[in-house]
Amino acid sequence: MSAPLLEVDGVRRVYSSGGLLSRRRVVAVDGVDLRLDEGQPEIVTVIGESGSGKTTLARMILNMVSPSAGAIRFRGTDLSAVRGTAARLAFMRQVQPIFQNPFEAFNPMKRVDRYLFATARHMAGLAAPADIEAAADRALRDVGLSLAEVRRRYPHELSGGQLQRVAIARALVSRPALLVADEPVSMIDASLRASIVSLLRGLCVRTGVSIIYITHDLATAYSVSDRILIMRLGKVVESGPARTVLDDPQHEYSRLLKSSVLSPEVPSNGAFFHA
Amino acid sequence: MSAPVLEVSGLRAYYRTAAFGIRREVRAVDDVDLCVEAGEIYGLAGESSCGKTTLIKTIANAIQPPLEVLAGSVVFNFKDQRIDMHGASREELRDIRWKRLSYIMQGSMNVLNPVRRVRHAFVDFAFRHIGRSKAEFLDIVRAHLRRLHLEPDVLDAYPHQLSGGMRQRVTIALATVCRPEFIIADEPTTALDVVVQKGVLAMIHSVQRELGSSVIFVTHDMAVHANLTDRLGIMYGGRLVEEGRTADVFRRPRHPYTAHLIASLPRLGDAAPKEGLTGAPPNLADPPSGCRFHPRCPLASDICQREAPPMTELAPGHRAACFHSDQVMPP
Repeated sequence: MSAPLLEVDGVRRVYSSGGLLSRRRVVAVDGVDLRLDEGQPEIVTVIGESGSGKTTLARMILNMVSPSAGAIRFRGTDLSAVRGTAARLAFMRQVQPIFQNPFEAFNPMKRVDRYLFATARHMAGLAAPADIEAAADRALRDVGLSLAEVRRRYPHELSGGQLQRVAIARALVSRPALLVADEPVSMIDASLRASIVSLLRGLCVRTGVSIIYITHDLATAYSVSDRILIMRLGKVVESGPARTVLDDPQHEYSRLLKSSVLSPEVPSNGAFFHA
Repeated sequence: MSAPVLEVSGLRAYYRTAAFGIRREVRAVDDVDLCVEAGEIYGLAGESSCGKTTLIKTIANAIQPPLEVLAGSVVFNFKDQRIDMHGASREELRDIRWKRLSYIMQGSMNVLNPVRRVRHAFVDFAFRHIGRSKAEFLDIVRAHLRRLHLEPDVLDAYPHQLSGGMRQRVTIALATVCRPEFIIADEPTTALDVVVQKGVLAMIHSVQRELGSSVIFVTHDMAVHANLTDRLGIMYGGRLVEEGRTADVFRRPRHPYTAHLIASLPRLGDAAPKEGLTGAPPNLADPPSGCRFHPRCPLASDICQREAPPMTELAPGHRAACFHSDQVMPP
């Protein structure tokens, strides 16, 4: 059996708010287990409604939030032991995030190529300008763009789909082993979603990067993922190979989720709501 | 047959700026003609920055510089009143807004004041239109909320105490409390997850059927259009490129852009990879010559670069603006 890349071991995260007397505790993530293996790149989809804890789980894997209980290990190292600048940089080199809204991820006053160059300098540890540009260009080519198209451009000069590709390229500059994509297509036009999702699939196959894909969109999850975890109120209610789970969901909530997806075909008896 | 509730003809609305003597013109809405009949849900689809929101702003006469209307007219034929939106006085507009013409917005959090209870939103928006005493007014609001299967208790809640789906339901109640004849809905479900989205769409549909209102429903999600709208207009680069009954448009699209929109939708149970369009959306400050879709179109030929295709009726009630509409493949 191959060595684990990522082990999420019974993690739990509790947020508390309010004063001494009116303390409120919210269990955002409640005992989630997940394991990805080294040398077996795959796309694992975490799906669930708003407030199901999927973003908190992503933040814990990115070591931006620490678990209240349980442990997360990346290549055998417990994330709570990742302390100090050098260790953090080494970790971030291997695990990179892609965020939901590309228009918020980039500062509108800065040129987007700067983000790629800065990542190459700090994360990939490159110093020579030629190396930095080569690394940026290679990452952009992985997502179907090139440095020539992006150089000196501001975010408003690129479309939402292009900008999200640049965000993915930025994450790829340091050649990570794991990408954590938190709803990477929910702010993008429905017609472009499919192409971004196919891009993730292609990256997984070609570059061998594993991807944790967080979404509430079942249709793209079906087409792209190897494994799927359905979350509700912090717990995983159903998990398994994506096709098996989505073709025949067992848990009541998974069934509700599946039945809520609007099919892009006009129902034969007139529109759905017209019944 | 009675006149359509909304008639938009030859509408042209540009954003015009002049900085340091350099004039810029963004042609967000260019020569749009459309009609909405009484009691129908008219869907408007298209990618971001294709002019959908500018079009509905112009229809509602919510026009602020640098947006200018250069040509065309927007006329509403309400039950006992005909009003030209761009010729009407401020008083006339104030009287029809919210009472006859209402608006469901995308970000419910932006509509409801976060530091005031929901009740105040109803008072601010609707009190003067209903014209009753405060107590009677609140009774009407409570009855309306119950009709929409909302607890009247939401009136005493602050917006942050309600979930996103609940807030969106409250804004729908707010937009329909005066029983408007026409409702504009601008991406009301885009920020919601699938389970909540389905509930909100069902609510919009049942309110619409109950009040008999006409609706313009804007979203880029074609799956929503397939399930909700009666007729569908597709916008691309500031122009209407196809219009027809929703079922006809899905069964036999006549514009290559529409065909792409339908084909690119991910479907549950279909794992085939989907391709996006190549190229970027057109820059409306400097739109492509001829047909605005030609740089990205698989069917483009010489004529598409030279001339803008006219909107042509290809089947009863089904119009499209494409020289090669006979070559568009059904999905």
